[in-house]
Amino acid sequence: MTMDAIPVPVLDVQDLDIRLPAGGDRALAVRGASLRLMAGQTLCVVGESGSGKSMIANAIMGLLPRPHVEPVAGRIVFDGQDLLQLGEDGLRTLRGRRIGMVFQEPMSALNPVMRIGEQIAEVFDAHVRLPAAEKRRRILAALADVGLPEPEVLIDSYPFRLSGGQRQRVVIACALALEPALLICDEPTTALDVTTQAQILALIRDLQRRKGTAVLFITHDFGVVAEIADQVVVMQTGQVVEAGGAAAVLARPQHAYTRKLIAAIPDGRVRAPSAERPVERVLQVQDLRKTYVTGGTLFRKGRRVEAARGLSFELRRGETLGLVGESGSGKSTVGRCIVGLSPFDGGRVLFNGRTMQSGAQFRAQSQGRIQMVFQDPYASLNPRHRVGPTIAAGPIAQGLPRAEAMARALELLQLVGLGPEAAERFPHEFSGGQRQRIGIARALAMRPALLVADEPVSALDVSVQAQVLALFAEVRERFQLAMVFITHDLRVAGEMCDHIAVMQRGEIVEYGETAKVLADPRHAYTRTLIEAQPRLSAAARPEALAA
Amino acid sequence: MKSSFWRRFRRNKGAVFGLVVLALVALVTALGPLVAQHDPWDMAGMPFAAPLAEPGMPLGTDTMGRDILSGIVAGARVSLLIGVVSTVVSLFIGVGVGAVAGYFGGWIDATLMRFTELFQAIPSFALAIVLVAIFEPSVQSIVAAIAVVSWPPVARLVRSEFLTLRQRDFVAAAQLAGQSTPRIILTQILPNAASPIVVMASLMIATAILLESSLSFLGLGDPNRMSWGYMVGSARTVLRQAWWMAVFPGVAILMTVLALNLVGEGLNDGLNARADGKGK
Repeated sequence: MTMDAIPVPVLDVQDLDIRLPAGGDRALAVRGASLRLMAGQTLCVVGESGSGKSMIANAIMGLLPRPHVEPVAGRIVFDGQDLLQLGEDGLRTLRGRRIGMVFQEPMSALNPVMRIGEQIAEVFDAHVRLPAAEKRRRILAALADVGLPEPEVLIDSYPFRLSGGQRQRVVIACALALEPALLICDEPTTALDVTTQAQILALIRDLQRRKGTAVLFITHDFGVVAEIADQVVVMQTGQVVEAGGAAAVLARPQHAYTRKLIAAIPDGRVRAPSAERPVERVLQVQDLRKTYVTGGTLFRKGRRVEAARGLSFELRRGETLGLVGESGSGKSTVGRCIVGLSPFDGGRVLFNGRTMQSGAQFRAQSQGRIQMVFQDPYASLNPRHRVGPTIAAGPIAQGLPRAEAMARALELLQLVGLGPEAAERFPHEFSGGQRQRIGIARALAMRPALLVADEPVSALDVSVQAQVLALFAEVRERFQLAMVFITHDLRVAGEMCDHIAVMQRGEIVEYGETAKVLADPRHAYTRTLIEAQPRLSAAARPEALAA
Repeated sequence: MKSSFWRRFRRNKGAVFGLVVLALVALVTALGPLVAQHDPWDMAGMPFAAPLAEPGMPLGTDTMGRDILSGIVAGARVSLLIGVVSTVVSLFIGVGVGAVAGYFGGWIDATLMRFTELFQAIPSFALAIVLVAIFEPSVQSIVAAIAVVSWPPVARLVRSEFLTLRQRDFVAAAQLAGQSTPRIILTQILPNAASPIVVMASLMIATAILLESSLSFLGLGDPNRMSWGYMVGSARTVLRQAWWMAVFPGVAILMTVLALNLVGEGLNDGLNARADGKGK
């Protein structure tokens, strides 16, 4: 890149150090980070959780929780001035006007008691004086700009009427209302479904092209990087380990960590189906129905949500079924029904050929032989219990002597790749991936015949995700487990599952062998899901693997 | 975990002060006879003796010549006893009701909460007076009365904690493992709800001491036990002639209740890791 040919960068971060409070896991959250962003370009900062990537964004906006976390060295040059030297007043004139920001969680980024129009109006009120009619016209234009339908109606609605994707569009409209020179996006699509994510990424790309905004895009997902980035900065434990053009970094990653991250992306390899299917049917679900009624009173009918509308599928020993769908498709409800955590309204569930009763008897009948691995590794372990007793509690409840149960717990800890000394520690001493391993050990302690995994890797970093998936595959072979694997990620489902059932609004719209479903989707919705997956370009992939 | 609790607790200077005061009160309670030689009900000297006027009676005597220091020392015992025991009793009721209501939900929750509201709808002090008046005043009846009027807030707090905690995945995992419901309530959920309950308990002891003092002030205390409230109440008629009779027991009530409140605040800081400023 020839520096003198290109004018001054919009944003120039030089040797930034950000200090963590004493007692943290490292002294500096960010160490010597430099990055530079040109007008009209997108710079992706990529890294796993704890790499300090969000710290940089917050430092630029002056949002760090001072004095606990504070920039101690370096410069952030924007508009020819060092943002770190700027006082709160100076920053306030820049925020919203010259720098816009989009946050990760669209559900909490909007004030629930303010109309959409008022929230965008706040941006105008803070920086420019406009007559009311002119302001309204510009708000409508901003809403139309981000592709929201019927701006005239939306402007006077409250956020709860909008879906997550629509709310993120409103947040983007707020951030871009005054046409800032720099837009900071902090994981703006992480909380969204894949199809919505694809739309939001397309929107950001499109707006950038039209307005020439420079975009600083923070993400953990190399698939997203491939979709949107011009430049990439890879961060590991607070340091920039690799920087360069997006295409170059993706095709020829230089640093080992970058290679590891890229290799960890599920690449759509499909699990080879076993030659002969085992005959033993572990789970048969016939015409399962479940309806939630919410907010009803004696006199008023509540809202009915049909989470499962006549679902049928079956699962044999050693096989894995993927339940794939977006949030609200009912896949988690199905998971809770077939382990007996929620009663179902209709249909039959047969476990090892026995019809299971709905409700509390279900769990008594299954005797712990149906187990579940949960999504959130932080909520699924009791923070007050040591790991060993947590794993041993299930077998003890089923009548196994304590000493034997503890021995089994130690054995399983070894199996999932944690030492026996882990048994004496508390969950908060472990990382997310390690906690998920403990969750798997706890499920295996019951010697289950059926394991239901509800989004078990979606809360984990990609590299950890790959390890946990490998562990799932290993224990499946070893114990000949039948598994129901609930996920929103087709890439993960393709890697793990023999069969895939695609769910939409409580119905299975497509059900078949993984390879067939992915290669030759019959239903339009399946095709949409497959197309929406962010992926590395086909050209980049083989080289990356070979490197 | 222990050390970080102490670090956060110590950062609250008021809480440390409160803890010191409480330790002093506890010490006085334990070593009572060594500090005050007189029986609190005996006429030990001249009535209306001002503080330091008579040897061995640094805080003076009351209208009947009883030693005020001995009264305060004896009263500390009664106040602490009633405060702690009534709090323990109301915790039992409140945690039980709240846990069952929050865990099972539905009509059980609705019934128990309406029952709780029944108690909350009656002014608690009036109810306590009525209860003590019905069962004649004694330590037992006072403890019972205070416990009966102070459990509803505990029940509400525990219920709300249980409502959120029972949604956690680790509870679902325990259910799948076949653990019994009482076991899940006691070993899985209750320990996670402990912090707010502990904080509330420390404040409840303070409230109970105040309630007991108020009852004694009105002459509804145990007639066989010297208590701070009784001392203030009996000194009320001679307040203008002998200030010390009301002031010293009054200060004792004030300091103890203040100390408990400060400690409660410190416990809140200590047990709430999120207030640390370095959480996520």
